[in-house]
Amino acid sequence: MLFLKREPSWRTLNNNWSPFEELSRMRRDMERLTDGITRGFTRGAGAGVFPLMNLTEDSDAYYLRAELPGIKPGEIELSVTGDSVSISGERKIAEEASDAKYHRRERESGKFSRVLNLPGPVDVEKVEASNVDGVLTIKLPKSEAAKPRQITIK
Amino acid sequence: MTESEAKALQAREKAEISGMTEQTKPGLVFTPDVDIFETEKGLTLLADMPGVKAANLNIDLRDNVLTLDGEASVPEGDGETELFAEYRTGKYYRQFNLSEMIDQTKIEATMTDGVLRLILPKVEAAKPRRITIN
Repeated sequence: MLFLKREPSWRTLNNNWSPFEELSRMRRDMERLTDGITRGFTRGAGAGVFPLMNLTEDSDAYYLRAELPGIKPGEIELSVTGDSVSISGERKIAEEASDAKYHRRERESGKFSRVLNLPGPVDVEKVEASNVDGVLTIKLPKSEAAKPRQITIK
Repeated sequence: MTESEAKALQAREKAEISGMTEQTKPGLVFTPDVDIFETEKGLTLLADMPGVKAANLNIDLRDNVLTLDGEASVPEGDGETELFAEYRTGKYYRQFNLSEMIDQTKIEATMTDGVLRLILPKVEAAKPRRITIN
């Protein structure tokens, strides 16, 4: 939903009303409107909290995904309440041979914890999670009440 | 890890590649994070390539240049619409110049949970030999 915030009209009428002011206000409103259409979703490292996540939906469920390479499914703790998902765990990088001399060390280890709010309520009982090739997918079926319904007109 | 308290992981966007000859297929190309270590026996390379299946990964070694080239599969099903996207997916590509002589016949590669483990054994002649001085 998009809300246009309007400046109270008394101000524009009262003191320094000018057609230019009015034009620029209209332009700002237009920009906000088109912005909302073209950028319906955010891009980039939004919250800046590990792990970065992508969220999609279809009519039945939300799908939350995160890239967690090298983390075993058992090392991820996941809990879901009505409309929020909490994920935490630790990425461990195994100790290699004692005589190993590192040329490069770019992969990082450490703990993570993130809570994410969903756009709507989900059916907690039916949540499924899978970890394939280091990509965690959480399927969160929408609760019955929140699902879109086709209504036939008699 | 010697520290008792593990540090917190920081969110980072994947590094998009620059300077590669342009590819014919459009799409994003990322540089995978790697660990490379050397032992007496050889080199071991670990690369984070989430979403890449073993079948979609090409490893090539010729003229001492090692090339990793992996295509991440698209996990989204049909009919899903994006609500927000913090990370992007695409291809992983990286090249390394190897100074060591690698025994091509004994290279081993495994892919587990999106992490490639590549073992590049040195050829016999390149292994260090202790020389005793009389």
